[in-house]
Amino acid sequence: MTQTHADYRMSQLDQLEAESIHIFREVAAEFEKPVLMFSGGKDSIVMLRLAEKAFFPAKIPFPVLQVDTGLDFPEVLSTRDNWVNRLGVKLVVASIDEAIANGVVVDDGKTSRNRLQIGTLLNAIEENGFTAAFGGGRRDEEKARAKERVYSHRDDFGQWDPKNQRPELWSLYNGRLHEGEHMRIFPISNWTELDIWDYIGREGIEIPNIYFSHQRRVFERDGMLMSETPLNPTREGEVVEERTVRFRTCGDITLTGCVESTASNIPEIIEEVAAARLTERGATRGDDRFSEAAMEDRKKEGYF
Amino acid sequence: MSTPTAEMTGEKKPMDLLRFATAGSVDDGKSTLIGRLLYDSKSIFADQLEAVEATSSAKGHDYVDLSLLTDGLRSEREQGITIDVAYRYFATPSRKFIIADTPGHVQYTRNMVTGASTADLGLVLVDARHGLTEQSRRHAVLLSLLRVPHLVLCVNKMDLVDYSEEIYEQIHAEFTQFATKLNIPDLAVIPISALKGDNVVDRSEAMPWYSGPTLMHHLEHVHVASDRDLVDVRFPVQYVVRPKSDEHHDYRGYAGQVAGGVLKPGDEVIVLPSGMTSKIQGIDLFDQEIDEAFPPMSVTVRLEDDVDVSRGDMIARVKNAPEPSQDIDAMVCWMTNTPLKPRQKLAIKHTTRTGRALVKDIQYRMDVNTLHRDQDTKELGLNEIGRVQLRTTVPLLCDPYSKNRTTGSFILIDEATGVTVGAGMING
Ligand SMILES: Nc1nc2c(ncn2[C@@H]2O[C@H](COP(=O)(O)OP(=O)(O)O)[C@@H](O)[C@H]2O)c(=O)[nH]1
Repeated sequence: MTQTHADYRMSQLDQLEAESIHIFREVAAEFEKPVLMFSGGKDSIVMLRLAEKAFFPAKIPFPVLQVDTGLDFPEVLSTRDNWVNRLGVKLVVASIDEAIANGVVVDDGKTSRNRLQIGTLLNAIEENGFTAAFGGGRRDEEKARAKERVYSHRDDFGQWDPKNQRPELWSLYNGRLHEGEHMRIFPISNWTELDIWDYIGREGIEIPNIYFSHQRRVFERDGMLMSETPLNPTREGEVVEERTVRFRTCGDITLTGCVESTASNIPEIIEEVAAARLTERGATRGDDRFSEAAMEDRKKEGYF
Repeated sequence: MSTPTAEMTGEKKPMDLLRFATAGSVDDGKSTLIGRLLYDSKSIFADQLEAVEATSSAKGHDYVDLSLLTDGLRSEREQGITIDVAYRYFATPSRKFIIADTPGHVQYTRNMVTGASTADLGLVLVDARHGLTEQSRRHAVLLSLLRVPHLVLCVNKMDLVDYSEEIYEQIHAEFTQFATKLNIPDLAVIPISALKGDNVVDRSEAMPWYSGPTLMHHLEHVHVASDRDLVDVRFPVQYVVRPKSDEHHDYRGYAGQVAGGVLKPGDEVIVLPSGMTSKIQGIDLFDQEIDEAFPPMSVTVRLEDDVDVSRGDMIARVKNAPEPSQDIDAMVCWMTNTPLKPRQKLAIKHTTRTGRALVKDIQYRMDVNTLHRDQDTKELGLNEIGRVQLRTTVPLLCDPYSKNRTTGSFILIDEATGVTVGAGMING
């Protein structure tokens, strides 16, 4: 037996995949009504791929939930549709505009759409009776996430209490809930940004084409390059010009900046990421820049 | 987030994984060391570094305080302490590392047990000026109890003791002596300065007397693939895959993550607890049929016979299967304020089985500093560890924790609050 030891090795990416698949299966087995939160970004696409593998040849046994901000990139929506159609999963769309119209959330004109997502999302979870919601959060993304559990408990108000998290040991996940509570599940907690790209490259799966280098009319705001769109009018002094860019995250079109890049395929993106000088969020997410603790505040309120 | 991986540069040898847990008393330099590992492996980005530089100078430091890189939640930042397990990531061309950063503090035991539960390696820090303390001994005891197979003792702040070989040797000898009482299959003792960088990534010029590896070299080369049990087949069934589609009408597969041994098509297997036997017809990894499955692969196993298998069952080999048992003897780490007492009822989760457990007896409480067994106390308080006898409602398909960390471990859950209150390691 000892002579075989050296052969039974798994690459780190295979180990991460195995861990994530284990998590998907635990949740499908133990929760009454799971749902996968799909943002359209690369992380949620990797989640979909992992879920596909976890249950193959059966279909993914839970629906996909997307919060429609009304400010999503059209490229992201079409990628979403391709995935949903290919996998034959049910898509539930929770629209912020509808939530505003129904008085579920209040648009005071000052709050970003990203923040209005919180109320819309929590309402959709409650209305549909979802008891577990998969999210694509990674612990390497941001300081506050580094301590979050794979099974992250939310109270009746959808809130996360960072000081009162359940201990999480071995691969034994505790999914106990009381009425009205739900669990956020982070199956790709241990993946880094590079792992995600490695995996997308290895699996050869479709992601929105705005991740790849393209020509776009952009303007500079707060040190970030923003896309020209009627949804986000330019302010005085902002000049629109065409540049060669790509996006590193796909969020709200009015808040998500792009970076100048000629990376037009996965190996080039990986090279770029490996040499990156800015973390993903710091570079291109407008809403994280307000304060160092911004992410933590939003999480407590029930953000992804 | 750092140097390119082998996988992407197309080199032959794929990158592997090392999970390690760090332990040290407050101020031993743990945050500084982790900051340095991240910094020297280029896992830190310009904006993170700028923020840390700004904070360092605002605090009046004349150096960049790398410990700020690992600061977590705001409340902790405000109090200037770390209170929960945090996970960090870095990579070198050959390995990816996951650090479970377990802070020294009141909740210490609970955090460390949590961090150590998944670790291949434990890293204990001591301050060279103070030598081994009660806490360093406790850290080693916990790592040994959790069967973390590799241990590194970092003698830190060597710059403050003039890089003295004598001091290093003294701590080395004292620790080696203490370690003989524990289960530590592999031990390395490395003199470092986390602040100055000596022997962390680069070999120290100030300690020519030290001929061992640097910390990073050791972390990159320590052999972990053979730590898993590849002999005793253990496959806890997680989920039954039944597509019920036209294309896969008769497909019935048992999905799970291999906990031990190597499974192959054609193997004669037994399904527990029913005791029915069959043969493995095929093993599927997504759309591929594979020749063998070994830990920690997540696969789907198909059997030749139409036996009744459901979640919570275990597939093992006919002549090598765990004995189903409802009487469990285990070391339990208690993780909540209300103490554990005999007659208490709890929920128990072991592999993919969930049941209820009755505490029949608390044999002794172990003093994790001295290993002394206190047989007079019949309770376990928060952060205490003791030997406990349980009677479960369902038979558990378990192994001694010393043989298999997956089939030998369980968690205890408070049925009223739903909170995880205990972690158990089965004796045998
Ligand atoms: N001289 C010296 N100081 C160190 C070293 N490592 C850490 N320190 C200092 O010791 C103090 C505590 O370090 P920190 O990393 O915060 O300790 P932690 O509480 O274990 O995380 C800080 O002031 C560090 O700058 C070292 O190797 N040499």
